[in-house]
Amino acid sequence: MAKPKLKEHLINRNWCKGCGICVHFCPKKVLELDSEEKAFAARPQDCIACKLCELRCPDLAIEIITE
Amino acid sequence: MAIKDYIRERFFPHMWCPGCGHGIVLNGLIRAVEELGINKNDIVMVSGIGCSSRISGYLDFHTLHTIHGRALPFATGIKMSRPELNLLVPMGDGDALAIGGNHFIHAARRNIDMTAIVMNNRIYGMTGGQYSPLSGYGTLATTAPYTNIDHSFDVVKLAAAAGATFVARSTAYHVQQLTDVIKQAITHKGFSVVEILSQCPTYFGRKNKEGSAVDMMERMKDITTPIGSKAKKENPDLIERGVFVNEDKPEYCSEYNKIIERAMKGN
Repeated sequence: MAKPKLKEHLINRNWCKGCGICVHFCPKKVLELDSEEKAFAARPQDCIACKLCELRCPDLAIEIITE
Repeated sequence: MAIKDYIRERFFPHMWCPGCGHGIVLNGLIRAVEELGINKNDIVMVSGIGCSSRISGYLDFHTLHTIHGRALPFATGIKMSRPELNLLVPMGDGDALAIGGNHFIHAARRNIDMTAIVMNNRIYGMTGGQYSPLSGYGTLATTAPYTNIDHSFDVVKLAAAAGATFVARSTAYHVQQLTDVIKQAITHKGFSVVEILSQCPTYFGRKNKEGSAVDMMERMKDITTPIGSKAKKENPDLIERGVFVNEDKPEYCSEYNKIIERAMKGN
């Protein structure tokens, strides 16, 4: 099976509370918090679509869309 | 189905604090149900009172938000009248083991087919950070400003000794294992107990200087180890994760049906 390839990070800014769990535990350091303390994909090209951010998000605010 | 098909979106964002481990339990639980492919109309979630118990409001199953510590008796009533339904009973550490301690051991003893999930954040979060039966010796809480002198229960040993036929433990950090043990617990026929170590950065974390939610999750990685690991032999203080008990024993509703049949025959 081919590795899933990232299409986009869907991040719900209304649900994100800026806890930083996704930022800290991303193995490729793709995510960051912006000036409003909401997560965003700063380096989407490095994403390996492991979905650990999606699985660990306490606010169900992240969805990784793959091709 | 997508994750959003299992939740009541109108209640989001949820009321849990930023970084609360209970949100991760909610996340993992939805994935467990999705992977098992259970129809959400075949699931009844019964919860008591506390931060953890708010989980039932967010899920689009049949849900009951009942009284403190008494989720298991309500769940028992439902299971006995509708044994074909899957019962999920999420509880906090105080809800399950202080207020509902007696219900917990007796539900385990009866081996009634349901899944009890103990979301253990070691504190009463909703009411302001009082110590719970799982806070542990030497911890700080608003009601233990000079440190707690109560020793904590070991949920796994307690559940196993009381007769639960499936007992497992994981943490909010180990999300894949969390989903896996919940799946096994739901599939198991009999009383299943899953303890999930969850972080409360607002009260337990702040009182005990454990830092942010991220720091508390890093700590879960450091203080736990898979069952029977080499690390455990070298450091007995490590908390084991995995499936501790998985055995077959006559289940309460099945046995009760046999009693009904016997009584109807009059012998």
